[in-house]
Amino acid sequence: MLEQSLYCVCIFSQAQDDVIVDVYERLPVPFGLVRFGVAPDHPEVKNVINTFTQTAQHERCFFHGNVNVGVDVTVKELKKAYHAVVLSYGAEANRCMGVPGEDLAGVFSARDFVGWYNGLPSNQKLNPDLNCETVVILGQGNVALDVARILLSPLDMLKKTDITQHALEALTASRVRRVLIVGRRGPLQIAGTIKEVREMINLPDTTADMLPADFKGISETLKGRNVAVQNQDAKAVPTGQMEDLECGMVISSIGYKSLPIDPCVPFEHRGAIIPNDMGRVLDTAGLYCSGWVKRGPTGVIATTMNDSFDTARVLLKDMKEGTLDLSVNKPGAQEITALLQERGNTHRNTQKKKNADCTLFSRKKNTLLTNSQKFKTF
Amino acid sequence: MSLSAAARRLAGWSVVLRSSSRTLPPLSRECVQRRDITSSSVVQPLRSENKVTVNFINRDGEKITVKASPGESLLDVVVDQELDFDGFGACEGTLACSTCHVIFKEEVYKQLGPISDEEMDMLDLAYGLTDTSRLGCQICLTKSLDGVTVRLPEAVADIRQSDGSA
Repeated sequence: MLEQSLYCVCIFSQAQDDVIVDVYERLPVPFGLVRFGVAPDHPEVKNVINTFTQTAQHERCFFHGNVNVGVDVTVKELKKAYHAVVLSYGAEANRCMGVPGEDLAGVFSARDFVGWYNGLPSNQKLNPDLNCETVVILGQGNVALDVARILLSPLDMLKKTDITQHALEALTASRVRRVLIVGRRGPLQIAGTIKEVREMINLPDTTADMLPADFKGISETLKGRNVAVQNQDAKAVPTGQMEDLECGMVISSIGYKSLPIDPCVPFEHRGAIIPNDMGRVLDTAGLYCSGWVKRGPTGVIATTMNDSFDTARVLLKDMKEGTLDLSVNKPGAQEITALLQERGNTHRNTQKKKNADCTLFSRKKNTLLTNSQKFKTF
Repeated sequence: MSLSAAARRLAGWSVVLRSSSRTLPPLSRECVQRRDITSSSVVQPLRSENKVTVNFINRDGEKITVKASPGESLLDVVVDQELDFDGFGACEGTLACSTCHVIFKEEVYKQLGPISDEEMDMLDLAYGLTDTSRLGCQICLTKSLDGVTVRLPEAVADIRQSDGSA
């Protein structure tokens, strides 16, 4: 995801005068989850786009959109063309519950639902049927809370956001009045953060109902402290009790999952991350990773930011200490561009479209680079 | 607001333009809602006798001293003075992140204004949180804070710690 790459770029540009960074992105537009994953009513979180844009404007940083690494070009080809490759492609899939009925109509992943109201092209035709009174969301992280909030927010609030038009129309006609946010463990273990919980509690025209039984023993555990105890290790234990909840839609929000990008990149399927040591991909020289694909798909901007800084510092250290072989000149984008253009026929239709964001970038042409196009879309 | 800033707003862009010689303030900062202004003073005109000295200890332990105006938040100071703190102020002062986290000495911390729930919610997620931590975007300078020293927290997983064990 671009934001993770751009934090790495931040560090490089400051430390080395001759490092060139090429950022390859599958979508034609940059920013990844910041654009497609942040809830439309949280525009302030998207302010970080300004920081990224600034970084991307650096004279030695170049953006290449519409390039699907692993399909259009292999990691092996990238490694041949560059001294180092950093994988920061995030987590695009969702974790499956592995329970019967997961594929029924009316069961969606939160990732798809969020993509639908945020304008991700592949989710445009999701058409969730909101003609039901109750929706059940499985999972209690920030994504689950975002989905609940979008489903129940007063329309006047949603109209002021950049939520997609089709989602706004569907929500205007929506009959959903009750959203159950279901988790396996207790209140101290919810993955969501306080800000989002507070938002749900304070949401106009709604009531937050919590089950008193869930809170038994909590005050003793907190022992009068104002700071909530991180009780992450508590495990859920089956009680054998069953409860039927009637609903018209189920949204599964139990976490994102990274996917392997290329056969030559090691991948640990159990944790769905690239096995690494502080960002250095194991058993592979010249390959690094940062962000969710490195440590798992959790955390806020500060988490990802610090993690990306760490990977960048490790890479710089390797450059300085000679762990990374810099003795041979590498062709970089020249070689990859040639390869992509050779193979590019299927991408021609989308390549020529002037995307608004690419227009934004190209208008800010750095005066030092009059001959080359700073931002390419293939 | 300058003409170029107005033009950018009309175009619907919210982008920081940085020329090589001067920094323009981020556009969205001009319309940020400050939730909890700790100082009741109005922003003073820029005269040298009205300036407040602020010392920052950066992540490498270096001290950087700057002069700023009362009414400016610590985030404003970092941005306006172009202080090179990686990732500081990602959300531009809208209480949507914790990257402007700064640490005060205890005696100064006690003098600061009350902390809102919204600030606490974000501070809870900050790395290296201490009992005298605040978010820099919520602390506005006053004359009584003249000479204050604030420390930036170290990032988590400091690479120097991992050298021996890796």
